[in-house]
Amino acid sequence: MTVTVEKTPAPRTGQVHRAARRTSRTGRPHAAWALPGVLFFTFFAVVPMALALYLSFTSWDGLGDPRPVGLDNWKKLLDDPRMTQSLWLTVVLTVASWVFQTVVALLLGVWAAGRQRNRAILSAVFFVPFLLSSTAIAILFYALLDPNFGIIQKDTLGSQSGAFLAIVFVGGWQFIPFHTLIYQGGARQIPEVLYQAAAIDGAGRYRQFFSITLPQLRHTITTSTVLMVVGSLTYFETVLILTKGGPGTDTAILPYLMYEAGFKTYDFGYASAIASFLVIAATGLSLVLVRLTGFGAMRSTREGM
Amino acid sequence: MSHDTLARPTRTRQPGGGPVTEAPRRRRHWARRANPVAGLGAFVWLVIVLIPIYAMLSASLTGADKALTGNPLKPPADPTLDNYNTVLTSGFGHLLSNTAIVAVSVVGIVLALSIPLAYTAVRTRDRWSNAAFRLFLLGVAIPAQAVVVPLYLLIAKLDLYDTLLAVILPTAAFAMPVSVLVLVGTLRDVSEDLYEAMALDGASPLRMLFQLTIPLAKGGISTVVIFSALQAWNGFLFPLIFTQSDGPRVLTLGLFNYVSQFGVNIPALLASVVLSGIPIFAVYLVARRALVGGLMGVGGK
Repeated sequence: MTVTVEKTPAPRTGQVHRAARRTSRTGRPHAAWALPGVLFFTFFAVVPMALALYLSFTSWDGLGDPRPVGLDNWKKLLDDPRMTQSLWLTVVLTVASWVFQTVVALLLGVWAAGRQRNRAILSAVFFVPFLLSSTAIAILFYALLDPNFGIIQKDTLGSQSGAFLAIVFVGGWQFIPFHTLIYQGGARQIPEVLYQAAAIDGAGRYRQFFSITLPQLRHTITTSTVLMVVGSLTYFETVLILTKGGPGTDTAILPYLMYEAGFKTYDFGYASAIASFLVIAATGLSLVLVRLTGFGAMRSTREGM
Repeated sequence: MSHDTLARPTRTRQPGGGPVTEAPRRRRHWARRANPVAGLGAFVWLVIVLIPIYAMLSASLTGADKALTGNPLKPPADPTLDNYNTVLTSGFGHLLSNTAIVAVSVVGIVLALSIPLAYTAVRTRDRWSNAAFRLFLLGVAIPAQAVVVPLYLLIAKLDLYDTLLAVILPTAAFAMPVSVLVLVGTLRDVSEDLYEAMALDGASPLRMLFQLTIPLAKGGISTVVIFSALQAWNGFLFPLIFTQSDGPRVLTLGLFNYVSQFGVNIPALLASVVLSGIPIFAVYLVARRALVGGLMGVGGK
């Protein structure tokens, strides 16, 4: 395994540069060090992905052997009105959650990056929901939204808009603390001189927010957005416990539809088709987002450090 | 609220926060001017966070017989710990120890596999290490839901169905991508000069890893520990699908089962939710700084 010395970014001074040349061939780990991790991840994540694609071309009830059926499951997928509804729901839920969580987390994060009194205590309290599991939070709101027992003595979960809004709200309640932290970290890295210069030029508070804070936080916004979008696919627990996809099928997002097809009706072939669709959509989305964040540009990020 | 961002932790604190005197010192002071709108917003969110938590605590202390009569926002007339007793005597300890086993094993596996991987990706930039890094970059987007059907097949074929390992192994695998990204981000910051100095002394890569990289990457490593522990602690789908009996049941699944077991006994249900939060809350109180600091770093890059 040869080491490509030329590609290594050159250190700053000539002295170090010479040292680097002398030692760069020794003291570097063999690429095989990465192998155990790669194999483990491949076996439990990549292979199943490929297997999902294979199973999507079969009919399988979970007991016998999968039987090839060609494109049947995919044809069914395209014709299934529940699938169309579910896809639309998933998109709307993701967008609504993104708007809700980004607006609140951004404002709270920027606020918490300052140092007004009580900030530390408030930030600590804000963080508490994130410590409960999704399951616990779903159960908590299931109880609090109970029409007989709950805070709002109405059948919130019985109407489509109520159930949908409940899921968006519960997701936000759980994850806004986490994203607030991300924004707080991002906002603390904005150079102070930008604000001083703006203040001298007479820019007001809101002008500064829109002209300095928001543009400076763009990478943070992308990072947080990636995590939110990927994370919104994990609203499965919330949906399963809070609404069971209901009323009717009004909150049956894609992961829930997949779960029902597989583990309720034992149509694992069809469930795999939905799963494959999820993987394709998620991977496409992440490729776009990775490009936007510059996450993949390892070397260029390193230069700035 | 933009003014608040000025207050960076590195700035020296000034006593007081009252009204500011005019002119020449103005530049130092406007940064600390109160922002009533932002303050009000933060207060509103505080209320939104606290009401459900308060309602949960209050209801969990309400006797089962009185639960259906009143608004949960009213403090319980005569508080009782009966609900907690009910939950604790229905196998809660077993659920808790299973979850602890899962969390510790997942963290162990993730660290043992991700650290050498990130180390290689940062130090050895040949195409194999790069390919390994890119695999995990893409892996961030794989939703666990999407592979649960084939994993079910795989787990069954490995004869692991209904064991704790059936939960531990896939959970660890799905905690890896984020861990690798966080670690690569941290390890990149370790100066190349230090490696060179050690290499001149004839240190092997293994020695460098243990004596240089790991000590300097403590921040990133604690973030990874927290991330993967939280993921293991919160995991629901894998336990739901890969286990069945009481033996390997974890906390989240136990809570889910309480929903049907306790049925309308909502106070007992909420007591179980409170109990499930206590261990992680205890960890939070002890390790708040590391936890918050580690997660905050995610947004800084």
